[in-house]
Formats: sequence, C-alpha cells, structure tokens
Amino acid sequence: MSDTHAETVAYVAKTQYDPQPPPVASSGVLGWLTQNLFSSISNTIVTVLAIALIIYMLPGMIEWAVLHSVWNAESIRECREIITNAFGEGATGACWAVIHERFGQFMYGYYPPSLRWRPDLAAVLLIVAMVPVLFRTMRPLAVAMGVLLAAKALFAVYAELTGGNAELVGPTTIAAVIFGVLALVFGSEKTRPYWLWLTFAYPVAAYFLLWGGLGLETVESSRFGGFLLTAVIGVTGIAGSLPLGILLALGRRSNLPILKAICTIFIEFIRGVPLITLLFVASTLLNYFLPPGTNFNIVLRVLIMVTLFASAYMAEVIRGGLAALPKGQYEAADALGLDYWQSMRLIILPQALKISIPGIVNTFIGLFKDTTLVSIIALQDPLGLMKPILSNSTWNGIVWELYIFIAFMFFICCFAMSRYSMFLETRLRAADRR
Amino acid sequence: MANVAPTSEAPVGAMSVSNETAIQIVGMNKWYGEFHVLKNVDLTVKKGERIVVCGPSGSGKSTLIRCINALEKHQSGKIIVDGIELTSDLKKIDEIRKDVGMVFQHFNLFPHLTILENCTLAPIWVKKMPKKKANEIAMEYLSRVKIPEQANKYPGQLSGGQQQRVAIARSLCMNPSVMLFDEPTSALDPEMIKEVLDTMVDLAQTGMTMICVTHEMGFARQVANRVVFMDQGQIVESNAPEPFFLNPQHERTKLFLSQILAH
Repeated sequence: MSDTHAETVAYVAKTQYDPQPPPVASSGVLGWLTQNLFSSISNTIVTVLAIALIIYMLPGMIEWAVLHSVWNAESIRECREIITNAFGEGATGACWAVIHERFGQFMYGYYPPSLRWRPDLAAVLLIVAMVPVLFRTMRPLAVAMGVLLAAKALFAVYAELTGGNAELVGPTTIAAVIFGVLALVFGSEKTRPYWLWLTFAYPVAAYFLLWGGLGLETVESSRFGGFLLTAVIGVTGIAGSLPLGILLALGRRSNLPILKAICTIFIEFIRGVPLITLLFVASTLLNYFLPPGTNFNIVLRVLIMVTLFASAYMAEVIRGGLAALPKGQYEAADALGLDYWQSMRLIILPQALKISIPGIVNTFIGLFKDTTLVSIIALQDPLGLMKPILSNSTWNGIVWELYIFIAFMFFICCFAMSRYSMFLETRLRAADRR
Repeated sequence: MANVAPTSEAPVGAMSVSNETAIQIVGMNKWYGEFHVLKNVDLTVKKGERIVVCGPSGSGKSTLIRCINALEKHQSGKIIVDGIELTSDLKKIDEIRKDVGMVFQHFNLFPHLTILENCTLAPIWVKKMPKKKANEIAMEYLSRVKIPEQANKYPGQLSGGQQQRVAIARSLCMNPSVMLFDEPTSALDPEMIKEVLDTMVDLAQTGMTMICVTHEMGFARQVANRVVFMDQGQIVESNAPEPFFLNPQHERTKLFLSQILAH
C-alpha cells in the first residue's frame, strides 16, 4: 500500500492477526454445560428441577422393573408370591414371566412352532436384502450376521443352563454364516449391484417362506401374528409406499390434466379418511363387492390398504421435496436434452428425495406404528395378542408388563429408523457441500 | 454496473460469418396470461454470428432466448433452429435442445454430481456416448475453461466464476451448434466476471454461434457482430456494435445507453 494512501485513509492494517484458541468457558465439557444447562437463571432452575425429578423417580422404576422383577413363574399369583416372599408384604415388582412364557406367541402369533424357522430365515434374508439398499458396502451385513450368530449362541448357552433344548445349527444359522462370509469376501462397493439382485428376489422368497408353497408346507394367513405380522405389514407398506408415493407425487405435478386429476383425487381421498375405516372396508365391506366364494386373503387385503394409505402421505412428502428444488434444476436438465424420465431419475429425484428424507422416515415410522390398528379388525398383532392373555385367568391382572414390552419392541424399530435417517442425511451432506 | 472489459483485445467481431441461417424467428408472439411479453419479434441469426441482446429488466430478452430452446412456449409465429421448426412435438424439442446449449444466470449445476459427472451426464444419457469417451471430452472442455483440476469436486466447493465456467463446459460437451447465454455474469462478484467473460471471448473466437443476454457492454463491443436492444417485448433497435453505441437511432436506446454507461 502506498504512502499517500496510508495518509488519506484513517486505518491501514499492518499485520495479519494469528488465530487464537477460544476461551475455555465456550468449549469443551464446561462450555457445553454452561451453554446447554446453565445458560440463564430460568434454565438453571429447570435443570435442577429435572435432575431432582429423575433422582425421585428413577430408583422406584429400577426397583420395579429390575430388582423386584420375576422372570420365571407359571402365573401372576406365583409372581406375586415370589415377590412377597423375597421383599416382604406390599412390595411390588414386574412380572416379566408372562413375556417369558408367551414370547413365542408375541413373535410369531399362532404360526406352527415346528415351522418357525421359516419366518426366522425370512428375517435373516430381509437383513441381507436391506443392506445393499441402505449402505454402500456390504460390511454392515457381515457385522449384523456376526451379532445374530453371537446372540444365537448366547441363547443356546442360556437354554442349556436352564435345561431347555438348544438348537444351535438350523437353517437360520447356516444362512447367517453363508451371507456373513459372502459379505466379508465380496462386500466392496463394486459388488453392490449383484447384491441388489437379491433384494429384488427377496419379496418372492419371503412370500414362499412365510406362506408356504414350492414344496414347503402351506401356512394360513390367520395363523400369522405378533411381531411377525407387524413386520410383514410394516415392511411391505414401507417398501411399497415409497415407489407408489413417488409416482403419485410426479403424477400430481404432471402437466397432463387427467393424470393429475386422478392422482390428486386419490391422494386427497385417502388422506381424508382414517386408516381404521379403510381397514374395516378391507375386512368386511370388500366381501360384498367381490364375487361370492372368492377367498381374498385378509392379510393381503390389509397389506394393500396400508400401502395405499401410506403412499398418499408419502406422495405429499415427496411433492414437498420436488417443490423445494430450484426451478433452475428442471430447466438445466431440459436444456441439456434429457427426457422427462431421465431428468427425474438422474437430476430431480435424487435431490428431491434427499430433501424429503426426514419426512419420508417420519411417514415410515408412523406407518410402522399404525400397524397396531389391525388388532381392531381382529388380526393377532402384538396388541391383538394381549386380549387373550388378559382374559386368561393365569395372567389376569397383568397390564403394564405387556404394554412396556410391546412399546419397547416398537421403540427399538422406530429409533433404528430414525438413527438411520440421520446417518443418511450426514452421509449425503458430506457428499455435496452446498 | 460492473463494466469489466475482457483482456484480450483481439478483434473478434471481424471473424467470418457464413451465409447459412442458424436461427430464424418470424413474427413470434408470447403472452403470460393477459400480459403480452414478446410482440411480433423477428430475428435471424447466421451461423457463426454473435449477438448481444440488451435492454431494461422486464423487456423480454430472457424470455426471447428461452423460447429458442423451448424452455418457454411461444404462442404464435415461427422459430426455426437449424432447419427444424419448433412445435409442441416433443421429439423436435429434444432434437433442438441437443443442438442448442444454454448457460444460465444462476449456473444451475447439479449439486449432487461432481463437476465431471455434470459434464458427462448429457453426452452419456442423451447421446449414448461410452463413458470413457464422454470423460475424455469433458476433460478437454474443462481444460479449455481452465479448471481441469476441479473435475472431481462438487459444485458447492467451487466459486461462482468457476461454477459458471463449468456450466459453459457442460453445455459444450454436447457439441452444440448454438450457445445461448442468459445473463451469465449477473450473479457473479465483480472479481469473477472477468474470468467468465474471458471464457466467452475464447469461445467466440472458435466461431461458435452465440446469443448473449448481457449488460456487459465491453463484451458487446469486443465480441458482438450485432447488438439487439429490446424494450417492452419488442426489438427496438438492432445494429453493429460500433454504430449502436456511438450513434443510437431510437430515443429509448439513447436513454438506456445513457443510463448504463453513466458510471
């Protein structure tokens, strides 16, 4: 800078300042605490109150759920006797024995016990089918299979110790070992397309495994129940509603008036009606419209209804993503000469779906929890299975344990979905920093 | 008004213009609802000609060039690009779009694809070019706009000027016969305008047919064969740059030039 300039201008920087570390109080653990818990007087009061509440409630909860709980008993009366004998008159504790006794039912409903390896195998294959969709490499599959095998070994040891019969080597174990090893050896990003073929084949494999056929013994839909039923409805709904929702969203934004009208009417109708109504239509009303004598599987009817219901919500979530994209992206794709489907597939949808991830996962979670509504049309999902247990004289009086168990199982699934969506958002954000 | 003149003062305007017609617009009209945006526009562009379109905002200049590759639909009149008349026939529209490159004010790069993927996408999917060849061509054009080293980055990691140069390279990868520029420097910081204008001057020197909507009068003086001034949806004056700037005929043109050349 010239001298004349320095004379006419009031201030000229002579050196570049070196960067310095931030003050201690604004970084590290202390910084986090002051920022998040004690940033103001009201904030401090709330923090103290919350801590007091936790200290007040937690010991009682732990005592009831863990310390005073009973895992092995034949009936609720026996449960209570054990607790009274051990902890004195008036002591309360959880009677998890009911879960222990009915665990198989909660998992599979009335699926024949000798055939329960088939849903197990279908579950293992579901993981195999999901990993190439959810992740870039197949490494997570190897990890998942390892965890499954370890869990199975632990169960076998537990069964051996308590005198039950442990079956260590079954079709599930073999499948887990095979796919785990395959994932370890051929798990790089390049092999992902081949694994995706397994994903495409999965619905067929799962159908025959669950319902039978092709030499496997047939199992009626009415025997499906528990979390097996939840999983069948939830997974089908999730897998079906996304593509259907994309098509509906594109249709609603289309320039073709008839297509647009059909999609709009469909979405608005489905969104305007409670799921329960649709389920009742599926369970009862549909019989009046179908020709007499047709035996249209009730689970299949529910699957269709749930998928359609979720797809309408999905369509609106995705439409939001499509609308959020700058118009310039559509124009640039057009100007390059890409046709409609090319520009949707290569340019628009990858970006629109990324924007919509929180909404999509939100819809998935809602759908998954809504599967409990099928208990109202007398399907034996976990909530539906509670009714016979509650009316059974051996367990009559138990409520909390069952609800907590079911809530816990749902929480695991929904929390996993939520965490995955956050992982995916981080991964995609790292890929394109805008 | 950033009036940055390109550095290389080579007389681009003297380059040869063929007699073949690249674009012919005859009596074209367009309405947005009741609003008459383009009124009876006639414009003929020869192969190798470089035209700068200027005018106040809302005069319809962007709409005019967006009609040429059917981003906007015209309602009456004719637009003929390389002998193909633009109708509502989607096949013809796609054919014309393959042949007409466009550069936007806001670059419109695809943020989820790398620079290289941005450039190879259309050749691979529209022209069915093998990926290897598309990569080679893309790298060649990226070198020509002087950013081959950025090929594997994402658009968000580049400066505005670099992004706009990528956008130019992306269009060139389709080997178009006409390039449309819709205010390519309006969204850029003053420091970056020059690098984009230099790229456009280089492109002009290769004999590319260009229509540029821009307010860069230095660029117009140096590169254009013809400057077209539009106001309220019609072409008011069209002339070679020299007489256009020194001796504007129409009152509206004089006013416009006095406004933008005031600084």
